[in-house]
Amino acid sequence: MEGNIADMGQFIGAGLACVGMGGAGIGVGLVAGNFLSGALRNPAAAGEQTATLFIGIAFAEALGIFSFLVALLLMFAV
Amino acid sequence: MATEGGSRFNIHPMEQFEVHPLFGDGPVHWYTPTNATLWMALTVLAVSLLMLVGSRGRALVPSRMQSIAESIYGFVHKMITDITGKEGAKYFPYIITLFLFILFANLLALIPGSFASTSHIAVTALLALAVFITVTAIGFYKHGAHFLNLFWVKSAPTVALRCVLAVIEGISYFVRPLSHSVRLAGNMMAGHAVLKVFAGFAGALGFAAFVPILAITAVYGLELMVAVIQAYVFTILTVVYLNDALHPGH
Repeated sequence: MEGNIADMGQFIGAGLACVGMGGAGIGVGLVAGNFLSGALRNPAAAGEQTATLFIGIAFAEALGIFSFLVALLLMFAV
Repeated sequence: MATEGGSRFNIHPMEQFEVHPLFGDGPVHWYTPTNATLWMALTVLAVSLLMLVGSRGRALVPSRMQSIAESIYGFVHKMITDITGKEGAKYFPYIITLFLFILFANLLALIPGSFASTSHIAVTALLALAVFITVTAIGFYKHGAHFLNLFWVKSAPTVALRCVLAVIEGISYFVRPLSHSVRLAGNMMAGHAVLKVFAGFAGALGFAAFVPILAITAVYGLELMVAVIQAYVFTILTVVYLNDALHPGH
Protein backbone atom coordinates (compact mmCIF):
# COMPACT_ATOMS: atom_id res chain seq x y z
CA MET A 1 0.00 0.00 0.00
CA GLU A 2 1.46 3.30 -1.04
CA GLY A 3 0.31 6.66 -2.37
CA ASN A 4 -1.24 9.51 -0.45
CA ILE A 5 -4.67 9.86 1.03
CA ALA A 6 -5.72 12.74 -1.27
CA ASP A 7 -5.41 10.50 -4.34
CA MET A 8 -7.55 7.89 -2.61
CA GLY A 9 -10.20 10.50 -1.91
CA GLN A 10 -10.16 11.55 -5.58
CA PHE A 11 -10.68 8.00 -6.82
CA ILE A 12 -13.41 7.19 -4.28
CA GLY A 13 -15.16 10.48 -5.05
CA ALA A 14 -14.99 9.87 -8.80
CA GLY A 15 -16.42 6.38 -8.33
CA LEU A 16 -19.23 7.69 -6.15
CA ALA A 17 -20.03 10.43 -8.67
CA CYS A 18 -20.55 7.78 -11.34
CA VAL A 19 -23.43 6.32 -9.27
CA GLY A 20 -25.45 9.28 -10.52
CA MET A 21 -25.22 7.89 -14.04
CA GLY A 22 -27.34 4.94 -12.89
CA GLY A 23 -30.15 7.38 -12.19
CA ALA A 24 -29.90 8.69 -15.73
CA GLY A 25 -30.03 5.10 -16.97
CA ILE A 26 -33.25 4.49 -15.04
CA GLY A 27 -34.70 7.74 -16.38
CA VAL A 28 -33.86 7.00 -20.02
CA GLY A 29 -35.24 3.49 -19.62
CA LEU A 30 -38.51 4.81 -18.21
CA VAL A 31 -38.89 7.31 -21.06
CA ALA A 32 -38.14 4.78 -23.80
CA GLY A 33 -40.19 2.00 -22.19
CA ASN A 34 -43.23 4.17 -21.68
CA PHE A 35 -42.92 5.45 -25.24
CA LEU A 36 -42.80 1.89 -26.53
CA SER A 37 -45.82 0.77 -24.52
CA GLY A 38 -47.76 3.80 -25.71
CA ALA A 39 -46.62 3.28 -29.29
CA LEU A 40 -47.72 -0.35 -29.30
CA ARG A 41 -51.19 0.64 -28.09
CA ASN A 42 -51.58 3.31 -30.74
CA PRO A 43 -49.02 2.84 -33.52
CA ALA A 44 -50.67 5.47 -35.73
CA ALA A 45 -49.86 8.26 -33.29
CA ALA A 46 -46.33 7.07 -32.53
CA GLY A 47 -44.57 8.55 -35.55
CA GLU A 48 -45.37 12.14 -34.62
CA GLN A 49 -44.09 11.72 -31.09
CA THR A 50 -40.51 10.63 -31.80
CA ALA A 51 -39.29 14.23 -31.40
CA THR A 52 -40.87 14.32 -27.93
CA LEU A 53 -39.19 10.99 -27.17
CA PHE A 54 -35.76 12.35 -28.00
CA ILE A 55 -36.33 15.54 -26.04
CA GLY A 56 -37.37 13.48 -23.01
CA ILE A 57 -34.35 11.21 -23.34
CA ALA A 58 -32.06 14.24 -23.70
CA PHE A 59 -33.40 15.85 -20.51
CA ALA A 60 -33.09 12.60 -18.54
CA GLU A 61 -29.62 11.97 -19.86
CA ALA A 62 -28.25 15.45 -19.15
CA LEU A 63 -28.17 14.83 -15.39
CA GLY A 64 -26.20 11.62 -15.87
CA ILE A 65 -23.72 13.51 -18.02
CA PHE A 66 -23.39 16.07 -15.19
CA SER A 67 -22.32 13.31 -12.79
CA PHE A 68 -19.88 11.98 -15.37
CA LEU A 69 -18.50 15.51 -15.62
CA VAL A 70 -18.04 15.66 -11.84
CA ALA A 71 -16.16 12.36 -11.98
CA LEU A 72 -13.90 13.64 -14.77
CA LEU A 73 -13.25 16.88 -12.87
CA LEU A 74 -12.28 14.91 -9.76
CA MET A 75 -9.95 12.64 -11.74
CA PHE A 76 -8.20 15.13 -13.96
CA ALA A 77 -8.80 18.71 -12.85
CA VAL A 78 -8.63 18.68 -9.04
CA MET B 1 -4.08 17.50 -15.65
CA ALA B 2 -2.82 14.88 -13.22
CA THR B 3 -0.94 12.24 -15.19
CA GLU B 4 -0.54 9.63 -12.47
CA GLY B 5 -4.21 8.63 -12.80
CA GLY B 6 -3.69 6.99 -16.19
CA SER B 7 -0.19 5.57 -15.95
CA ARG B 8 -1.45 1.98 -15.75
CA PHE B 9 -2.84 2.24 -19.29
CA ASN B 10 -0.29 2.20 -22.04
CA ILE B 11 -2.64 4.54 -23.95
CA HIS B 12 -3.89 7.49 -21.97
CA PRO B 13 -7.64 7.85 -22.68
CA MET B 14 -7.64 11.65 -22.31
CA GLU B 15 -4.56 12.37 -24.42
CA GLN B 16 -6.60 12.57 -27.63
CA PHE B 17 -8.38 15.72 -26.42
CA GLU B 18 -5.19 17.77 -26.01
CA VAL B 19 -5.02 20.91 -28.12
CA HIS B 20 -1.56 21.48 -29.56
CA PRO B 21 -0.21 23.76 -32.29
CA LEU B 22 0.04 22.32 -35.78
CA PHE B 23 3.50 23.75 -36.40
CA GLY B 24 6.23 23.64 -33.74
CA ASP B 25 5.80 23.50 -30.00
CA GLY B 26 5.18 27.14 -29.18
CA PRO B 27 2.52 28.45 -26.80
CA VAL B 28 -1.13 28.43 -27.97
CA HIS B 29 -2.49 31.93 -28.62
CA TRP B 30 -5.96 32.67 -29.92
CA TYR B 31 -4.60 32.98 -33.48
CA THR B 32 -2.35 29.87 -33.39
CA PRO B 33 -3.44 27.19 -35.90
CA THR B 34 -4.03 24.09 -33.74
CA ASN B 35 -5.49 20.65 -34.39
CA ALA B 36 -8.82 22.00 -33.08
CA THR B 37 -8.94 24.79 -35.68
CA LEU B 38 -7.80 22.36 -38.39
CA TRP B 39 -10.66 19.94 -37.75
CA MET B 40 -13.25 22.68 -37.37
CA ALA B 41 -12.08 24.13 -40.70
CA LEU B 42 -12.36 20.66 -42.26
CA THR B 43 -15.89 20.41 -40.86
CA VAL B 44 -16.88 23.70 -42.48
CA LEU B 45 -15.22 22.55 -45.72
CA ALA B 46 -17.14 19.26 -45.70
CA VAL B 47 -20.47 21.01 -45.06
CA SER B 48 -19.79 23.54 -47.82
CA LEU B 49 -18.78 20.80 -50.25
CA LEU B 50 -21.94 18.82 -49.55
CA MET B 51 -24.18 21.82 -50.04
CA LEU B 52 -22.32 23.32 -53.04
CA VAL B 53 -22.00 20.05 -54.94
CA GLY B 54 -25.50 19.04 -53.89
CA SER B 55 -27.14 22.22 -55.16
CA ARG B 56 -25.08 22.61 -58.35
CA GLY B 57 -26.99 20.27 -60.63
CA ARG B 58 -30.55 21.01 -59.45
CA ALA B 59 -31.70 18.06 -61.49
CA LEU B 60 -35.30 16.85 -61.46
CA VAL B 61 -33.97 13.34 -60.85
CA PRO B 62 -31.37 14.09 -58.15
CA SER B 63 -27.86 12.73 -58.11
CA ARG B 64 -26.57 11.00 -54.99
CA MET B 65 -25.10 14.18 -53.48
CA GLN B 66 -28.19 16.21 -54.32
CA SER B 67 -30.54 13.73 -52.69
CA ILE B 68 -28.42 13.67 -49.51
CA ALA B 69 -28.45 17.47 -49.36
CA GLU B 70 -32.18 17.57 -50.12
CA SER B 71 -33.13 15.04 -47.49
CA ILE B 72 -31.10 16.83 -44.78
CA TYR B 73 -32.71 20.13 -45.83
CA GLY B 74 -36.18 18.62 -45.74
CA PHE B 75 -35.54 16.89 -42.42
CA VAL B 76 -34.50 20.10 -40.64
CA HIS B 77 -37.28 22.13 -42.27
CA LYS B 78 -39.91 19.62 -41.15
CA MET B 79 -38.46 19.61 -37.64
CA ILE B 80 -38.84 23.40 -37.40
CA THR B 81 -42.32 23.64 -38.89
CA ASP B 82 -43.57 20.72 -36.77
CA ILE B 83 -42.55 22.40 -33.50
CA THR B 84 -42.83 26.15 -34.09
CA GLY B 85 -45.23 26.31 -37.01
CA LYS B 86 -44.78 28.78 -39.87
CA GLU B 87 -43.16 31.49 -37.73
CA GLY B 88 -40.01 29.51 -37.04
CA ALA B 89 -39.21 28.95 -40.72
CA LYS B 90 -37.56 32.39 -40.75
CA TYR B 91 -34.77 31.05 -38.53
CA PHE B 92 -34.17 28.01 -40.73
CA PRO B 93 -30.68 29.07 -41.97
CA TYR B 94 -29.33 29.35 -38.42
CA ILE B 95 -30.79 26.02 -37.32
CA ILE B 96 -29.53 24.07 -40.33
CA THR B 97 -26.07 25.64 -39.93
CA LEU B 98 -25.97 24.44 -36.33
CA PHE B 99 -27.21 20.98 -37.30
CA LEU B 100 -24.77 20.47 -40.16
CA PHE B 101 -21.78 21.82 -38.23
CA ILE B 102 -22.40 19.57 -35.23
CA LEU B 103 -23.28 16.55 -37.36
CA PHE B 104 -20.14 16.80 -39.48
CA ALA B 105 -17.90 17.64 -36.51
CA ASN B 106 -19.21 14.55 -34.71
CA LEU B 107 -18.80 12.32 -37.75
CA LEU B 108 -15.32 13.59 -38.69
CA ALA B 109 -14.24 13.02 -35.09
CA LEU B 110 -14.88 9.29 -35.61
CA ILE B 111 -12.11 9.02 -38.22
CA PRO B 112 -9.25 7.29 -36.37
CA GLY B 113 -6.51 9.77 -35.50
CA SER B 114 -8.69 12.80 -35.95
CA PHE B 115 -9.63 15.35 -33.33
CA ALA B 116 -13.07 15.61 -31.70
CA SER B 117 -13.75 19.36 -31.71
CA THR B 118 -17.27 18.99 -30.27
CA SER B 119 -15.88 17.12 -27.25
CA HIS B 120 -14.44 20.43 -26.04
CA ILE B 121 -16.71 22.37 -23.76
CA ALA B 122 -15.25 25.62 -25.14
CA VAL B 123 -16.73 24.84 -28.58
CA THR B 124 -20.11 23.59 -27.42
CA ALA B 125 -20.46 26.32 -24.78
CA LEU B 126 -19.99 28.92 -27.50
CA LEU B 127 -22.68 27.28 -29.65
CA ALA B 128 -25.07 26.95 -26.68
CA LEU B 129 -24.49 30.53 -25.46
CA ALA B 130 -25.10 31.83 -28.98
CA VAL B 131 -28.42 29.95 -29.03
CA PHE B 132 -29.33 31.18 -25.53
CA ILE B 133 -28.61 34.84 -26.28
CA THR B 134 -30.28 34.73 -29.72
CA VAL B 135 -33.40 33.07 -28.37
CA THR B 136 -33.70 35.46 -25.41
CA ALA B 137 -33.21 38.44 -27.73
CA ILE B 138 -35.88 37.14 -30.13
CA GLY B 139 -38.28 36.66 -27.22
CA PHE B 140 -37.88 40.20 -25.92
CA TYR B 141 -37.89 41.68 -29.42
CA LYS B 142 -41.12 39.91 -30.42
CA HIS B 143 -43.07 40.16 -27.18
CA GLY B 144 -41.39 42.83 -25.07
CA ALA B 145 -42.23 42.44 -21.39
CA HIS B 146 -44.83 39.77 -22.24
CA PHE B 147 -41.91 37.41 -22.76
CA LEU B 148 -41.70 37.24 -18.94
CA ASN B 149 -45.00 35.31 -19.01
CA LEU B 150 -42.72 32.36 -19.61
CA PHE B 151 -41.78 32.66 -15.92
CA TRP B 152 -45.05 34.08 -14.53
CA VAL B 153 -47.38 31.19 -15.32
CA LYS B 154 -50.88 32.65 -15.73
CA SER B 155 -52.63 29.28 -15.67
CA ALA B 156 -51.50 28.57 -12.09
CA PRO B 157 -54.43 29.23 -9.71
CA THR B 158 -52.83 31.17 -6.83
CA VAL B 159 -50.17 33.88 -6.59
CA ALA B 160 -48.14 31.80 -4.11
CA LEU B 161 -47.96 28.95 -6.59
CA ARG B 162 -46.97 31.38 -9.34
CA CYS B 163 -44.05 32.62 -7.20
CA VAL B 164 -42.81 29.06 -6.65
CA LEU B 165 -43.19 28.31 -10.36
CA ALA B 166 -41.34 31.51 -11.25
CA VAL B 167 -38.32 30.33 -9.26
CA ILE B 168 -38.41 26.87 -10.86
CA GLU B 169 -38.90 28.24 -14.38
CA GLY B 170 -36.12 30.79 -13.81
CA ILE B 171 -33.65 28.11 -12.74
CA SER B 172 -34.60 25.84 -15.62
CA TYR B 173 -34.23 28.76 -18.04
CA PHE B 174 -30.77 29.80 -16.90
CA VAL B 175 -29.40 26.26 -16.64
CA ARG B 176 -30.26 25.74 -20.33
CA PRO B 177 -26.95 26.85 -21.84
CA LEU B 178 -25.08 24.69 -19.32
CA SER B 179 -27.03 21.49 -19.97
CA HIS B 180 -27.21 22.22 -23.71
CA SER B 181 -23.42 22.43 -24.03
CA VAL B 182 -22.41 19.82 -21.46
CA ARG B 183 -24.74 17.22 -23.00
CA LEU B 184 -23.03 17.36 -26.39
CA ALA B 185 -19.47 17.68 -25.07
CA GLY B 186 -19.97 15.01 -22.40
CA ASN B 187 -21.45 12.50 -24.81
CA MET B 188 -18.67 12.95 -27.35
CA MET B 189 -15.91 12.95 -24.74
CA ALA B 190 -17.29 9.86 -22.99
CA GLY B 191 -17.60 7.91 -26.24
CA HIS B 192 -14.10 8.70 -27.45
CA ALA B 193 -12.61 7.98 -24.01
CA VAL B 194 -14.36 4.58 -23.96
CA LEU B 195 -12.87 3.74 -27.38
CA LYS B 196 -9.40 4.66 -26.12
CA VAL B 197 -9.82 2.66 -22.89
CA PHE B 198 -10.72 -0.45 -24.92
CA ALA B 199 -7.74 0.24 -27.20
CA GLY B 200 -5.55 0.26 -24.07
CA PHE B 201 -6.92 -3.18 -23.10
CA ALA B 202 -6.15 -4.49 -26.60
CA GLY B 203 -2.54 -3.34 -26.29
CA ALA B 204 -2.09 -5.05 -22.92
CA LEU B 205 -3.69 -8.42 -23.70
CA GLY B 206 -1.52 -9.84 -26.49
CA PHE B 207 -3.27 -12.73 -28.26
CA ALA B 208 -6.57 -12.27 -26.39
CA ALA B 209 -6.74 -8.76 -27.89
CA PHE B 210 -9.47 -9.88 -30.31
CA VAL B 211 -12.04 -9.55 -27.49
CA PRO B 212 -11.48 -5.79 -26.91
CA ILE B 213 -11.12 -5.27 -30.68
CA LEU B 214 -14.58 -6.78 -31.20
CA ALA B 215 -15.82 -4.54 -28.39
CA ILE B 216 -14.25 -1.50 -30.09
CA THR B 217 -16.09 -2.38 -33.30
CA ALA B 218 -19.41 -2.57 -31.43
CA VAL B 219 -18.76 0.67 -29.52
CA TYR B 220 -17.76 2.36 -32.77
CA GLY B 221 -21.15 1.48 -34.25
CA LEU B 222 -22.83 2.87 -31.12
CA GLU B 223 -20.73 6.04 -31.39
CA LEU B 224 -21.82 6.50 -35.00
CA MET B 225 -25.42 6.44 -33.77
CA VAL B 226 -24.65 8.77 -30.84
CA ALA B 227 -22.94 11.25 -33.18
CA VAL B 228 -26.09 11.60 -35.29
CA ILE B 229 -28.51 11.53 -32.32
CA GLN B 230 -26.59 14.20 -30.40
CA ALA B 231 -26.57 16.50 -33.43
CA TYR B 232 -30.33 15.92 -33.71
CA VAL B 233 -30.90 16.50 -29.98
CA PHE B 234 -28.88 19.72 -29.94
CA THR B 235 -30.85 21.02 -32.92
CA ILE B 236 -34.27 19.99 -31.67
CA LEU B 237 -33.62 21.58 -28.26
CA THR B 238 -32.62 24.78 -30.06
CA VAL B 239 -35.94 24.64 -31.90
CA VAL B 240 -37.84 23.99 -28.65
CA TYR B 241 -36.15 27.01 -27.02
CA LEU B 242 -36.95 29.07 -30.10
CA ASN B 243 -40.57 27.98 -29.83
CA ASP B 244 -40.64 29.16 -26.19
CA ALA B 245 -39.41 32.56 -27.39
CA LEU B 246 -41.93 32.76 -30.24
CA HIS B 247 -44.90 31.55 -28.18
CA PRO B 248 -44.27 32.36 -24.49
CA GLY B 249 -46.90 31.67 -21.86
CA HIS B 250 -47.43 28.12 -23.18
